[in-house]
Amino acid sequence: MSEQSSISPEPTAFVFTDDNLKKAQALIDRYPSGRQAGATMPLLDLAQRQAGWVSRAAMDYIAGLLDVPPMRVYEVATFYTMYLLRPVGQHHVQVCTNLPCWLRGSDDVLRACQEVLGISPGETTSDHRFTVAEVECAGACVNAPMVQIGDDYFEDLDHASMKALLEALQRGERPKPGSRTGRQCSCPAGGPTTLKAVPVKGEV
Amino acid sequence: MPKLTIDGVEIEVEAGTTVLQACERLGIEIPRFCYHDRLSIAGNCRMCLVEVSPGPPKAQASCALPVADGMTVKTDSPMVRKARRGVMELLLINHPLDCPICDQGGECDLQDQAMAYGGDKSRYREEKRAVADKYLGPLIKTCMTRCIQCTRCVRFMTEVAGVPELGAVFRGEHMEITTYIGQALDSELSGNLVDLCPVGALTSRPYAFMARPWELHKTESIDVLDALGCAIRVDSRGGQVLRVLPRLHEEVNEEWISDKTRHACDGLRVGRLDTPYVRRGGTLRPASWAEAFAAVAEKLKTVKPEKIAVIAGDLADCEAMMALKDLTDDLKVVHRDCRQDGAFLDPNVPAAYRFNTTIAGIEMADALLLVGTNPRREAAVLNARIRKRWVTGALKVAAIGEKVNLTYPVAWLGTGPQTLKAIAEGRHPFGSVLKGAQRPMLILGQGALARSDGAAILGLSRVLAETSGMVREDWNGFNVLHTAAARVGGLMLGFVPGEGGRDGRAILDGAGKGEIGFVYLLNADEIDTGALGKAFVVYQGHHGDAGAKRADVILPGAAYTEKNALYVNTEGRVQSTQRAVFPPGEAREDWKIVRALSETLGRPLPYDSLEGVRARLVAVDPAFAAIAQGPAVAAWGIFGDPAVAIDAAPFAASITNFYGTDPISRASKTMAECVAEMNGRREHGGTGTYG
Repeated sequence: MSEQSSISPEPTAFVFTDDNLKKAQALIDRYPSGRQAGATMPLLDLAQRQAGWVSRAAMDYIAGLLDVPPMRVYEVATFYTMYLLRPVGQHHVQVCTNLPCWLRGSDDVLRACQEVLGISPGETTSDHRFTVAEVECAGACVNAPMVQIGDDYFEDLDHASMKALLEALQRGERPKPGSRTGRQCSCPAGGPTTLKAVPVKGEV
Repeated sequence: MPKLTIDGVEIEVEAGTTVLQACERLGIEIPRFCYHDRLSIAGNCRMCLVEVSPGPPKAQASCALPVADGMTVKTDSPMVRKARRGVMELLLINHPLDCPICDQGGECDLQDQAMAYGGDKSRYREEKRAVADKYLGPLIKTCMTRCIQCTRCVRFMTEVAGVPELGAVFRGEHMEITTYIGQALDSELSGNLVDLCPVGALTSRPYAFMARPWELHKTESIDVLDALGCAIRVDSRGGQVLRVLPRLHEEVNEEWISDKTRHACDGLRVGRLDTPYVRRGGTLRPASWAEAFAAVAEKLKTVKPEKIAVIAGDLADCEAMMALKDLTDDLKVVHRDCRQDGAFLDPNVPAAYRFNTTIAGIEMADALLLVGTNPRREAAVLNARIRKRWVTGALKVAAIGEKVNLTYPVAWLGTGPQTLKAIAEGRHPFGSVLKGAQRPMLILGQGALARSDGAAILGLSRVLAETSGMVREDWNGFNVLHTAAARVGGLMLGFVPGEGGRDGRAILDGAGKGEIGFVYLLNADEIDTGALGKAFVVYQGHHGDAGAKRADVILPGAAYTEKNALYVNTEGRVQSTQRAVFPPGEAREDWKIVRALSETLGRPLPYDSLEGVRARLVAVDPAFAAIAQGPAVAAWGIFGDPAVAIDAAPFAASITNFYGTDPISRASKTMAECVAEMNGRREHGGTGTYG
């Protein structure tokens, strides 16, 4: 059950790059002195963006920067699922399989991952380019089913469009995020259904 | 002050009191797991639910709810009963039904409260969760599947022990209590987690599967393994001490004890001297009491009184020291000392060797200077009290001595006496901090006094105390922290050199040179026994430790769990141990051995009962009459000599191995495991917030 045993390979040291150290300092400076612990979460995010995941060395390093016991950082990092405690591939494909996405065909999306990448949720391709993960609701139900890859949401997917998306990533392209059906944001799928006419003066 | 009504009874309490505390004041029991009155409020177990109006129409957690004027609280309404039964059902969902094989059984909060507030059967048919056990060191056995995540252990380590190594990682159903890095807890107070854990997740590893609580004979006693005299309960069965637990004593140990106090008790079962021994042909051979006494008496006939010396060690009780002092006085022996470490302590002024502020008094101090002491090792529970005061933000701590992690931040001013001299002479900025404080205090450790310039250190400390307003009518901030339970008692009853007598150091020196031909060691093991030269050595004590190895005659005595004996703690608090079990074999209570020896020598002491010895103690110092009444204020006086030249050498630690300070802990297997654990760990470097 304990996930700590699976944290490997564990780097022995972590330091921010000069750029990131400047950013980190700016983040720390947002908090009054004595309350630097408030910067724990943004610093963990910064570390994850730098290394791709959050190692124990990174947590210890952040604890040192903030002058808090390392345990306090471990607690935060393990509490939030979006901090990755294990290395992931270059593209972290997070497939939502929560109820609305599942009703709208997330099984097909997962199947597409399996067909294109040959891996199941929780696995990473041997070339370390893709990791597939099942996640709980990512808050885009109105465009279900969806996946999150890196920071981007790809929505209104089906089996074919998911396949196309992954193949584009395999070719090294950067597909445009958002709806695969072309609708803008969360507009009604088949065009507007209400407010089609300009209201007549006097009618409310 | 807000007035509220609890179960129809009106009560007025101070603002800021919680509903749970108000209920307790009325004697109403509120079930709880996470709430503990010495820890911060977490409010995460939800067991303490009560019905409160006005307020939302649902039960509220009373531990985290401050009282308000006009509140009406119901603690036993149908809504409350249903809510608590529901909480209990949720807690039990993942709690294994392994009470028959759980060491907490019989003293388990969950077990008791499930009986009182739970349902009669489970509706849960799904799989329970399982959690991997964690390694928290040789003292704590974990069974994390039983954990109900009350987080008392996390809060204790962070707040009281000051070693924030425990935490709750992951969340929801996956939440686990762990150190994350799988190392033993680097704390001298970790054993208290076992008492705090309301379930069987954290239990005592050395005591695992030893006994059930209802089989144990419980004796309320005091601890003698450091100089605090913590209140303990000794649990025994069949003549063996199986475990030691803390008792509540607000003025000394609150409800904590150190790991040594708690876990050294397995040392009481091994390495014991259970029969007298006499060295014949170079080998110690078992003998009868009569033979042993005869050997001592025969030797004494051939040695002149000026060549006889007696040393009392760290575990000697007051009765035995009194009897031995009277016997030596009768024999015209003047070489006598209870300061086996050679510490310069002035026996003439009680305030000069006491912790005058008192342990509870630390909670009023606002500036503290530690001189040559590491309270974390020397008195772990007292260190927690300093930390408790520091946490409030009102205490500034500075120290002179070896730099160590004391679990709170300390300004390290220097390492040796020259810094103390500079402060005492007003040449150091910290002097003004002390002068500006309302209640400044100073703690002088044995590391500063057990030196050749001890008189100067003591004198400089006195001058510093006097000049920085530490000694007043209403406050005495001058403190000596002892490491030995016997020391203050020995000084009080005058177990010190007589007219022209040698002190501890000079006795060893004389023995080495052949000027001392006979040495009587009463529980004295922490001396350099190799320096005793050709002297005839009589050892009276309970363990086959250093003193016994060197002895020519061994007189087996009783350990602190085997006698009713007085000890005086570092504050000057006179307390009595209680006999929990009998001494093994032929071993006897210590004062009785001295009494019997006096009979053999033809100089019987004028008392032959415990009451008699205690009456004699009271005659010497009336303070001995005040058993368990707390220390009286000690008179101030002139002591030490600030004019003596100081030695620039840094103060050395008086305790290098916390887990092996005395014959009992050195005999303990558990303590040996702790030493091995900590040695392995220290190689990895310091830990903790301020390490």
